[in-house]
Amino acid sequence: MINIIIGVLCTIGALAILVAAIGILRMPDFYLRLSVTVKAATLGGGLLLLSAAFYFPEEVSVTTKALAIIFFLILTAPVAAHLIARSAYFIGTAQWEGTADDDLAGMYDKETHQLSSGNTPVNALPPKAEPELGTDDETV
Amino acid sequence: MTLDSYIDYVILPILAISLLLVFIRLFKGPDIVDRVIALDLLITIGISVITVYSISTGKSTFIDVAMILALIAFLGTIAFSYYIEKRGRK
Repeated sequence: MINIIIGVLCTIGALAILVAAIGILRMPDFYLRLSVTVKAATLGGGLLLLSAAFYFPEEVSVTTKALAIIFFLILTAPVAAHLIARSAYFIGTAQWEGTADDDLAGMYDKETHQLSSGNTPVNALPPKAEPELGTDDETV
Repeated sequence: MTLDSYIDYVILPILAISLLLVFIRLFKGPDIVDRVIALDLLITIGISVITVYSISTGKSTFIDVAMILALIAFLGTIAFSYYIEKRGRK
């Protein structure tokens, strides 16, 4: 019975990783590749580690380690993906011609790497006032 | 069909094919960020291969290696993105 559970978990995990690999090869631009890769690979690795946690039931340390790796993967994969996507946007990675919206266009100040929010592009922002004494300077 | 032979003849070949496909993207990759995410995905698949191999051999010590690899993959991607952004800033 436990073997069937482990086999099913392994199969779903391996297929998710295969989908991630096909996606990183076939998707047309960097942002779509990133969007496919991170989620599918995290799911696949998590399921395979979960099957390892089921396979060594008498050793509590192995189960704890497998669950810790799953937790760490889920915690760090979106952060890493966000950072590398931000860097790719700054160095001007080309987008696919079918991409309809670019909500970040004009929102980033290329000099200071500051993101303006709302509907005002960065060029329309008022110039920064000199920081007064006794107030926190957020630009440091 | 036992679980060990299923893992050896089905799961590990699927992971090997995935590694090959990601390697193609790593060599083709038109931009540097494509190569960075291909490396990240390679390490994630490597963690999965180590896990499956530890199930197949019944030795649970390999899980420690997977844990260290997960840490290093995160740090590598963070360092790459930091320096790519610095290079673009001039």
